[in-house]
Amino acid sequence: MSTRLQQHIIPATLVLGLALTVAVLSFTREPAESFLFPRLISVVMLLLAIWNFLRAILGLAKVGTGVSAATFKTIAPGVLVMVVYCFYAAKTLGFYVAGTTAFFVLYSWYDAHSHKALSSWVRRIVVTAVFMAVIYGLFSLLLKVQTPRGMFL
Amino acid sequence: MEFLQYFGGVFEPMAFLLLVGGTIGGLILGATPGLSPTMAVALLIPFTFQLTPVHGLILLGAAYTSTVAGGAVSAILLKIPGAPANIATALDGFEMAKKGEGAKALHVSFLASGIGGVIGVLLLIFLTPVLAEWALAFGPSHLFWMAILGVTVIGSLDSKSFVKGLLSGCIGLWLSMIGYDDIQGAERFIFHDALTGGIHIIAALIGIFAIPQVIEMFSKGRQSADVQVVTIQKQSFADSLKILFARKKALCIGTVTGSIIGLIPGVGGQIAGLLAYDQAKKFSADRDTFGTGNPTGVIAAESANNAMVGPSLVPLLTLSIPGSPTAAVLLGGLLIHGIFPGPDLFTNHPQVAWTFINSMLIGQILMVIFGLYIAGYAARVARIPPAIMAAAVLVLAVFGSYSVQQSMGDVYVMVSLGIGMYFLEKSGFSAAPLVLGLILGPIAEANFIQGSMIANATDGATQYFLTGTLNLFLIVLVILSIGYSFWSSRSSKVAS
Repeated sequence: MSTRLQQHIIPATLVLGLALTVAVLSFTREPAESFLFPRLISVVMLLLAIWNFLRAILGLAKVGTGVSAATFKTIAPGVLVMVVYCFYAAKTLGFYVAGTTAFFVLYSWYDAHSHKALSSWVRRIVVTAVFMAVIYGLFSLLLKVQTPRGMFL
Repeated sequence: MEFLQYFGGVFEPMAFLLLVGGTIGGLILGATPGLSPTMAVALLIPFTFQLTPVHGLILLGAAYTSTVAGGAVSAILLKIPGAPANIATALDGFEMAKKGEGAKALHVSFLASGIGGVIGVLLLIFLTPVLAEWALAFGPSHLFWMAILGVTVIGSLDSKSFVKGLLSGCIGLWLSMIGYDDIQGAERFIFHDALTGGIHIIAALIGIFAIPQVIEMFSKGRQSADVQVVTIQKQSFADSLKILFARKKALCIGTVTGSIIGLIPGVGGQIAGLLAYDQAKKFSADRDTFGTGNPTGVIAAESANNAMVGPSLVPLLTLSIPGSPTAAVLLGGLLIHGIFPGPDLFTNHPQVAWTFINSMLIGQILMVIFGLYIAGYAARVARIPPAIMAAAVLVLAVFGSYSVQQSMGDVYVMVSLGIGMYFLEKSGFSAAPLVLGLILGPIAEANFIQGSMIANATDGATQYFLTGTLNLFLIVLVILSIGYSFWSSRSSKVAS
């Protein structure tokens, strides 16, 4: 049951919740002319979401592997760094400082090489510096994109 | 023969430089496992902002063409297909490489890709104006049904579950409605300030295609990428040509299969390669040697997956309906430069349209030339550890999505959609119909509203949308696409 729950029932419930929200908002908001097309789509979406939910509940849904607890544990640190980098650090610290930090942290965390050898850490620092120099060259010098500077750069 | 007038544009210094750069870059990106052609093109779009529309499209077209062919390098030398389109190539290509025939496999692979690709682009050149002229007769109701057909076909064919495929398309259509409504200016589904301007298509494409790949790389944990690259022995180019032309039947099967598959929206290079491989095996006298290093398998698979590139752009350029996820990304690239594909593209922007198509033709030839020279080096990028690749793609995705409108809102949208898409994909939902819904949503809505206004002034909505030969034909196609998907998912269940 727990596998079916995480593979099919939880996703189907979340999609049904989304479809319900879209349908309720489409039919309750005004002006009606602006919500004509959303109403049409939301009805189809809701019908499909109910069908998908019933298939999940009745054990008929077969497509989809879900995310196992082990996989979730492996991806969690990376996703956390991603979220902090995109939603907080990029604006607060500045794009280049946050990008450098995120790159270094992710590379170091998921790197298969030893975390005790000094040479591995030197390689990580060099790779990060070279990659960020390329990004700076591409976006700042070539494309002239003005990125948020935040506290630093 | 209007296209001949615009060949000069391809050979202008800047255009040619971008074509060469896009081809070499595409070959390297294609050889990198985990970087699909769609994701490569999506990440390249921000780099086209500073370019003219025609130069930007040349770069994207070259990358599209060569990433598909570049994927064969890692399929042959590492048995890791660079893209799903190269799965069939790995079956015999790697076996050839193991026997010391790696160079031979690479030669026939690039030559077959080039020939298949050129024929595919020629089909694009000759079919597009005919279809465009035909499409000029389309009214709002037809365009509405065409947009719905685009979503249902991809939702039905690109997903293993037709309910989830169609639901993905609906989610995409809903996402396209976020923001202010064009007619009344009413707020729709704006849950956060970042959504005020709606969902920008480029930021969404980067998020949907790049972020799930990044998380997939995270999921491998601390995995080393010390893969063994097979040594390449020297091989005479003339001998490779002889091998190729001794297998003309496989080349024809691959090219014809790829061209037909390319014209059907939603059926990608993966299907083209596998179907051509299977057909070549059926028609081959030495079918027992398939899978043990038979060059015929490589020729059929590679000619098919490159032959589908040109025809997959026919529905995009004539009807604004992208035939594949990569074509959807190219549509994003066109829109960002103010080019709206459709029946009148060749009247309003003939120079942009024809120079782009011609560049794809020249790009096929360049792809063969550079492919043969850099194949061995390109395979080395597969040794880049997933940890570096994941971190690099994430940073590139953040900078790329920000540079679209210099807005943090786009970064938030990109990462939120990307994380959401990863979990949706794991639950059996598909990215392609979602993206198609997002792109075709505004087309469907605008034509639905316009059609409703015409209907109110004339015979009513039922009469306007549900009668007439073309309307009925399109409705039948919508029903058939859903019915086929329902039937195939039921029959695969019975078979299993």
